[in-house]
Amino acid sequence: MRHLIDILDLSTEEIDELIQKACDIIAHPDAYSEKCHGKKIATLFYEPSTRTRLSFEAAMMELGGKALGFSSASNSSASKGETVADTARIVSNYADIIAMRHPKEGAPMVASMYAKVPVINAGDGGHNHPTQTLTDLLTIYREKGRLDHLTIGFCGDLKFGRTVHSLILALARYTDIRIVLISPDELKLPDYIIQDTLIAKNISYVETADLEEYLPELDVLYMTRVQQERFFNEADYIRLKDSYILTRDKLATAKSDLSILHPLPRVNEIAVDVDDDPRACYFTQAGNGKYIRMALILKLLEVE
Amino acid sequence: MNIDAITDGIVIDHIKAGQGMELYHDLGLENLDCSVALIKNAPSKKMGKKDIIKVNAALDLNLQILGFIDPDITVNIIRNGTRVEKFHPELPLEITNVIKCRNPRCISTVEPGITHIFKLTDKEKRIYRCIYCESKAKSKDR
Repeated sequence: MRHLIDILDLSTEEIDELIQKACDIIAHPDAYSEKCHGKKIATLFYEPSTRTRLSFEAAMMELGGKALGFSSASNSSASKGETVADTARIVSNYADIIAMRHPKEGAPMVASMYAKVPVINAGDGGHNHPTQTLTDLLTIYREKGRLDHLTIGFCGDLKFGRTVHSLILALARYTDIRIVLISPDELKLPDYIIQDTLIAKNISYVETADLEEYLPELDVLYMTRVQQERFFNEADYIRLKDSYILTRDKLATAKSDLSILHPLPRVNEIAVDVDDDPRACYFTQAGNGKYIRMALILKLLEVE
Repeated sequence: MNIDAITDGIVIDHIKAGQGMELYHDLGLENLDCSVALIKNAPSKKMGKKDIIKVNAALDLNLQILGFIDPDITVNIIRNGTRVEKFHPELPLEITNVIKCRNPRCISTVEPGITHIFKLTDKEKRIYRCIYCESKAKSKDR
């Protein structure tokens, strides 16, 4: 039985297989409509979510299965003090696979230690979000036709941005990847990712606070939201929330085939006048999330 | 100051001065019935001052924490009044329920009954990380 807790639980070959499977699902959705008939996914969401929870549930439904679960901790026995371990044990009796989002880092790993069914990390605090990474990789692949030989800028909250952390870990395994880290000092990428991934794997990277300086060099720009829910101090959030705002004017110097990604939801870091720009890929990206999760569910349930 | 030589047991030597009492507790020596000596600030040619712990019983102590705290510590195993083994503790690949994660966002800080596990991620720099949140461990997290 396999779980997906960290993107590195999957080899690059397995990621490539998932991407190919997702592309096949997009091309031939009818061929997959009954693959998970009689199967159920439990979406255990201790934190609010729109895209991730609904895309997991839609993914299972489009495979012919069903979905059950809760969408906030207050709607579950967590509000009575039930542990993650106990919840995982219990839900294993009701569902064939679990997708868990939790505000505490490592909670899905704890669930995977006690569950009798595969557990997917659907986001654990500011730590990891591997299915968003799979979504991002599928989007980059569909937009660029490759996952290597790319210069990718990450902009905004790189400290608490779990999607950034997971995507950097995944991209670091491909050839000729150059990473530009754009953030205010307070929201820089955690030291352990710089040390253990970028430096250890000899990945070319640069840290800057200036988005416009490096924009012309980028093949992909990954924008992120400054996440209010990660701050213990409201004043820090207010000071940093408007650090970067991408507008159509700023894009004048960018490559014509730049791909702009964002894990969404956005607040104001991408102005709405960018939405109509052909380089904006974030809504397509959200759609890709369903297909890659379909491919992942098939893999973890070992459905051919 | 005279401390009797031990017949069967363990001498933990070259402990940094001041760390002996912490190690005494970390190894659970307060729970032993045998004689245990903690010598503080003993003169040392190499270190100036050092702490020493002598345990007068042939016990199978869990010494994994020694490598995490200071791999330069020396462990001497004594049998029948003779030293039969001398070694520096190795850096354990994993330490379980010795230190706790201090990251307030980590599940291990709130989940009752959780096993606190840290893995060695960088042998050269002696870096251990929590398996749940990947935060770096500090020896003071004990």
